[in-house]
Amino acid sequence: MTVQETSRIAGVGHDAMHTEPALSVRPARKIRRLPVRKDWPLWAIIATQVGILVAAIALWQVGADKGFIDGFFWSKPSSILTTLITFFTEGDAWIDIGFTFRSTIIGFLIGTAAGSLLGLSFWWSRNYAAIAQPFVICFESLPKLALAPLVILVFGMGLASKVAIATALTLVVSTLTAYAGVKAVDPDQERLFYSLGASRMQVFRKLIVPFCLPWIISVLRVNIGLALTGAIVGEFIASQHGLGRQILYAGQTYDIALVWVAVLVLSTLAIVMYVTVSWIESVLRKGVKQ
Amino acid sequence: MFAPAKLRLDDVSMTFKTPGGVFPALAPVTLAITQGRFVSLIGPSGCGKSTLFNVIAGLLEPSGGRVVIDGVDATGMIGRVGYMLQKDLLLPWRTVLDNVILGMEIQGVPLPAARDRALPLLRRYGLAGFEHLYPSALSGGMRQRAALLRTLMFDTDVILLDEPFGALDAQTKLQMQEWLLQLWSDFSKTVVFVTHDIEEAIYLSDEVNVMATRPGRIVETIPVTIARPRPRSVTLSPEFIAIKERCLELLTAGHHSFIDEAA
Repeated sequence: MTVQETSRIAGVGHDAMHTEPALSVRPARKIRRLPVRKDWPLWAIIATQVGILVAAIALWQVGADKGFIDGFFWSKPSSILTTLITFFTEGDAWIDIGFTFRSTIIGFLIGTAAGSLLGLSFWWSRNYAAIAQPFVICFESLPKLALAPLVILVFGMGLASKVAIATALTLVVSTLTAYAGVKAVDPDQERLFYSLGASRMQVFRKLIVPFCLPWIISVLRVNIGLALTGAIVGEFIASQHGLGRQILYAGQTYDIALVWVAVLVLSTLAIVMYVTVSWIESVLRKGVKQ
Repeated sequence: MFAPAKLRLDDVSMTFKTPGGVFPALAPVTLAITQGRFVSLIGPSGCGKSTLFNVIAGLLEPSGGRVVIDGVDATGMIGRVGYMLQKDLLLPWRTVLDNVILGMEIQGVPLPAARDRALPLLRRYGLAGFEHLYPSALSGGMRQRAALLRTLMFDTDVILLDEPFGALDAQTKLQMQEWLLQLWSDFSKTVVFVTHDIEEAIYLSDEVNVMATRPGRIVETIPVTIARPRPRSVTLSPEFIAIKERCLELLTAGHHSFIDEAA
């Protein structure tokens, strides 16, 4: 005990000798207040956003009027507005919107449904999954839009070719996502089902499908955007209707205001579809409770 | 004992082929359990307890031997025994009630009938008020109760419990043991129970089978003749402690040979 104490005291003395110089050169401790984040009220955020938008449009208008911005290439807000009104009152606006909307939605539905079923089907046979997987990955890495001219030749100038491109873009994403869900199923969960005497079909219907639903749902929002891209590209290449065709036509005839109008309408359509799908997604998510 | 065995294992063995050669997971295991008995298996990890359970449940085809239930060969047959794992495996998209009736549903019992049968049991066995909640809202103990009731509602005579309370805290574990004994005496099932906890095995069982590794096998069957119902204090009685000491001796004997082997 005494020995220990002695050694401890010695140790302290030893330490002190070395640490005291170190202590004296220790830099002054930085003490500061916790940084405070100040959150603006919502109305202030929205007012600022609107302000920025109005200012940008006003700058564009004034710039084009004064000649700082080339109105031929960039057009200007006032002529875009007049074209917008003409577009809706005199042109085929609703036919074009309807065409793009239809091909997007049909492609989205076919691609998502077929892709999800394909992904889920891989659960049934490991051999089949192993054989099919390289093909799916190949198709995934293929630049599908590059094949668009071929698709137009095969499916024609009408709706079918746009649906085909939209389907091709959405199908693989859904397949791979649904298959990722299948692979994430806990093997113990499957063992439980089999221990209860379940058939393969019962395991599929009561375990695999409900388990993968959140995966399938999570891909809806991505797919609606992809389907729209597919439909527009189809219209770019060859079409008689659609917003994509309007943009291409307006660009070729140097009607820049019409390009802006079509892009504006297209964005609105995209936002509407995106918000709707997000809403469906949240409703489904609540429904499946995971 | 003259009663015919409810569950009988005749020389059940299991070997796995690994890249390093043939690995004997189970040496021929023979075991006979009569109707209504509570039998435990204890042993170090890797002694083949889970393999044995998978074979009994029909989820693994044994390399040799037979599983006989009620005198009928049930080797490789699924749906003959209830099987519960340490994980509760409740389906998160189903309410507690609909999870509990899963076994009946798979067996083709109409849903309303299955629910009618399950509801009173849920209420009687400590899940009143939880019937229509989703599993995510339940504590670990409650989830295990639901999982065990699911196994019971499957209504087989033999129930396999693979470390059902292994993941619970000590306090909850004690409560669940009492609850399990209550269920066992109410339903007169034949229970095979796997655990790492020697005290738990002795407290619950009529018979403790001590297993050893390499290959997995039963080294000794120790009957527990302590009268039921057993008060908690029974764990301090000389009879209990004697059994516990014997179990420890067998388990550590295996351990020593393992160290010798490694050295």
